[in-house]
Amino acid sequence: MSDEDERDVKQRVTRRGFLKGAGLTAAGAAILESGLVGASEGASAAEAPAPVVVGPGRVAMTIRLNGASRRVEVEPRTTLAEALRFELGLTGTKVVCDRGSCSACTVWLDGTPVCSCMTLALDAAGRGVTTIEGLADGETLHPVQEAFIEYDATQCGFCTPGMIMSCAALLRKNADPTLEEVKTATSGNLCRCGTYPKVFEATLAAARQSGGKKGAAE
Amino acid sequence: MAMQQEPHETKKATVAPASAPTGETPVPNAAKHPPNDAPNNASTPMRTVKLPAGIKGVEMTEVERQIPMDEPPVLPVNAELSVIGKRTPRIDGRLKVTGAARYTADVRLPGMLFARIVTSPHPHARVRSVDTSAAERHPNVRAVHVLDRILGNAELRDKSKELPARYPIVRFAGQPVAAVAAVTQADADEAARLIKIDYEPLPFVVDADRAKAKDAPLVFPGAADQAGTAGGGGGPRGVPQEGNVRGPVESGPRGQQPGDVEKGFAEADVTVEGEFRTQVQTHSALETHGVVVDWKPDGLTVYASTQGTASVRDEFAAIFNLKKSQVRVVTEFMGGGFGAKFGAGNFGVIAAHLSKKAGAPVRLMLDRKDEHLSVGNRPSSVQRLKIGAKRDGQLTAIHLQSYGTAGTGTGAGSGGPAQNMYQCPNIRTEESDVFTHAGPAAAFRAPGHPQGCFALEQVIDELAERLQMDPLALRDKIDESPARREERRIGAAKINWPRRRAPGADSGPIKRGVGVAQAVWYRLINLDSACEVRITRDASVELLSGVQDIGGGIRTALAQVVAEELGLKPKDIAVRIGDTSYPAGPASGGSMTTGSISPAARNAAWKVKQQMLQEVAVSLGTSADKLVMRDGQVFVYEEAQKVAEGNGRTSHAAPIRKLSFKQAAARLKTEQIAARASRADDYGGFLFKGGADFGFGIGIYGGVQFAEVAVDTETGIVKVERVVAVHDCGRPLNPLAVESQINGGVLQGISYALYENRILDRNTGLMVNPNLEQYKILGARETPQIEVHLIEEYLGRNSTDAGGIGEPSTIPTAAAIANAFYNATGVRVREIPMTPARVLAALDGKKGGAR
Repeated sequence: MSDEDERDVKQRVTRRGFLKGAGLTAAGAAILESGLVGASEGASAAEAPAPVVVGPGRVAMTIRLNGASRRVEVEPRTTLAEALRFELGLTGTKVVCDRGSCSACTVWLDGTPVCSCMTLALDAAGRGVTTIEGLADGETLHPVQEAFIEYDATQCGFCTPGMIMSCAALLRKNADPTLEEVKTATSGNLCRCGTYPKVFEATLAAARQSGGKKGAAE
Repeated sequence: MAMQQEPHETKKATVAPASAPTGETPVPNAAKHPPNDAPNNASTPMRTVKLPAGIKGVEMTEVERQIPMDEPPVLPVNAELSVIGKRTPRIDGRLKVTGAARYTADVRLPGMLFARIVTSPHPHARVRSVDTSAAERHPNVRAVHVLDRILGNAELRDKSKELPARYPIVRFAGQPVAAVAAVTQADADEAARLIKIDYEPLPFVVDADRAKAKDAPLVFPGAADQAGTAGGGGGPRGVPQEGNVRGPVESGPRGQQPGDVEKGFAEADVTVEGEFRTQVQTHSALETHGVVVDWKPDGLTVYASTQGTASVRDEFAAIFNLKKSQVRVVTEFMGGGFGAKFGAGNFGVIAAHLSKKAGAPVRLMLDRKDEHLSVGNRPSSVQRLKIGAKRDGQLTAIHLQSYGTAGTGTGAGSGGPAQNMYQCPNIRTEESDVFTHAGPAAAFRAPGHPQGCFALEQVIDELAERLQMDPLALRDKIDESPARREERRIGAAKINWPRRRAPGADSGPIKRGVGVAQAVWYRLINLDSACEVRITRDASVELLSGVQDIGGGIRTALAQVVAEELGLKPKDIAVRIGDTSYPAGPASGGSMTTGSISPAARNAAWKVKQQMLQEVAVSLGTSADKLVMRDGQVFVYEEAQKVAEGNGRTSHAAPIRKLSFKQAAARLKTEQIAARASRADDYGGFLFKGGADFGFGIGIYGGVQFAEVAVDTETGIVKVERVVAVHDCGRPLNPLAVESQINGGVLQGISYALYENRILDRNTGLMVNPNLEQYKILGARETPQIEVHLIEEYLGRNSTDAGGIGEPSTIPTAAAIANAFYNATGVRVREIPMTPARVLAALDGKKGGAR
């Protein structure tokens, strides 16, 4: 069922159809590069198979959300952040600036941290999305989550989910980061309460504690 | 002002003299309000106790005070306690790191609608007409509302000075005019664009210097005052006003009459003066202002991102003519406030109207642009400060003349530090507000004080240089605070002050320097602070209070206080807060939360403990007064002492009669016992009381910060490389969380000094950077090494002796950076933010000898 849905969306979201529905925008360019386009490689738009228009109404899609396949209906204009928060009930992901300048909405798309406010939900169709709710292994917290508690890397807590997703992503790529590397990994994450010093401490401690092992899957 | 904003005019009026956070008159007139050492109610039975007093590591003594009989026993110093004073991870940490913590923005109710506000694109206009018909025809719209009243702006004293208007006059770009509620946010956004508003644009002025001119467009065509309902700004009423200039408000040391500064300057051997400018800063909490309002026939529930559940409830009740019991305000978690989130707000009132009209819950969260424009900011300041001193450093006169703009609000004073930091016989401050067509200011973390310190602490440093004294030695001479004296000593050692070089010592393009500055803040107490503590037969313990956690960690601090009293661990205590259906809690402002609510928590825990001990004493064959609770056990204290004295030779000693806490709870006569306590007056009384619910405590908060900066004289880029922050907050309850707040205060201070700036285009009246990339806030890359040192100061004033830290921690940072900048370059920057352009101009000025 879910695979069919994925194919369904992939076939229905075509370049021309998308452009017709959404206009030529930066977001449009992003979706064209995402591999969702039905047109074969090298073919021009004119030679592409007949387009199918999706939207402006709701479109069904599936994503692998925190390891489980989830079906969701969204309008093409819906961002991944909106889909997570309002359609899928996962409000751990926060929206702060809604334009990619604060990283509060950071989730992993196929393992790579992205701003979910700058990602269209349809762009995540058929792909793996990990949110703050999916970072722990059951009741066992991710080492970064544990360290954030122990080192008091939260104050109001509103930046925390995005901050943790950035720090945990860093440890997946680099099990033993330097302070400078932690700063780079969190340089897009805005915290108004000023938790940065503790975020650095916590992330470095989590790396030590993990002993170089790679972070959680996904 | 950062303290609780009371919506009632009468209360506001009485609180106003102590409006420390406005910087107008931070300390009450001591002549009018003599220290009240007598108990409030002479008939209250009292006992005499000795309380720890002094600074740990400096001098600890005991102070004897009369306290009411029903107060708990004296709490020993932290070293003798098992939970309080220990670094304690937040009990709600797991909820925060897993995304499970529910903020207002996360609330979803069945049938909940989404709202969007339509705001004015004009900074000054009359609204001729509002046509909502097209929006109403939108298939998914459920309610439309057009505003007939605006909260937050100052209001004309004499309404007849302005032509009557059907709709509120627009006085700033971003002022709400109408709103819609619809099925989805996208529907609401669409429908909002269908509302047609016909404006008659009027002349405007957004620049404070221009607004002072006689011929400037008027923001109000007559004298105006700002009500205390707005959750910010405000200040004394009835101040003289001419054109857009409201003031000056004149004051003297500690809120007394202004001194004779002319005489003081005549006596001075040295005088120093300068003009200092600070910008408008927006709060930019990550969670925007917002609510979910569920209007039901029997009352309304408001999920609010607020710093004051009680003040929001009171304001909703007043506006909608409801009983307070008909309004429930819930704030489980909130994403930052910094002083701007006390009232119902225009957005809250709008959401309530929409919910009432639609018969469904309505969610209204502001977007980032509206957050910058319409819900508060730190006013700007232009301060002319002159200080005179004798050759030995004794100050003879401090004279501050300042103005600033709080937009359409009031409260741009910055005189607090000048009035309250140093000993000086002649202090005079003259503070004026300048109205501009810009969003009203709100309390912002130590209102007036970062501004005031930016001027004061630089002039004090200049004075030291003129007197050829070390800046710390001069402060030792003129500053009477024992806490700050110790803080200077500790900080100087940590930063290695003696290695500080002469100004501009580096020969290369990058110049490094060290600077110091200090804070002053006040012991403000909200007496409407109550807690209930419950113990249930299954040994579960709950604390209930309306107080909300704005990020400081009060949830955990309260758990520590209760756990200490009951001999349990913080995680054993379920802390339920942020709900007006619980006992009234204080607003979180003025650094008041901990000092207001923690004594109530301890007193409630102690009372319920007495009840529990009474009930279990019989089964242990003893009396309650022989029992103690410690380490999860209830036992006969004397027997345990004997065993301890017996040095473990317990074979022939009598066994200790004891129960585990769990066993003891199981023997309760009823399923649950509970006790409730309110914040009592300080032991020995307050400096003065503002009405029944507000106390101005004896003693002050200090704080001293040292900054090391590197100035790139080729690019003008300033980097803060290291900060040493030494602070006091009475008895620290949770040093781990206090440290976090100090980090936050320092980082906001650096951000204020170097980056943040609300920029209004004077030609259009619009904010050009209403986002989070062009409104630059410090990030990870700009975060320096921060070393926090906390001193323990005991004042013996209540059952916990704990205080706040939010505000003192951000007050001196910008000034310390400015003094470090001078030490690095030999040039003073008298204006913030220290942008590269400004820095280069200042450095050029030096070359040309202009400064």
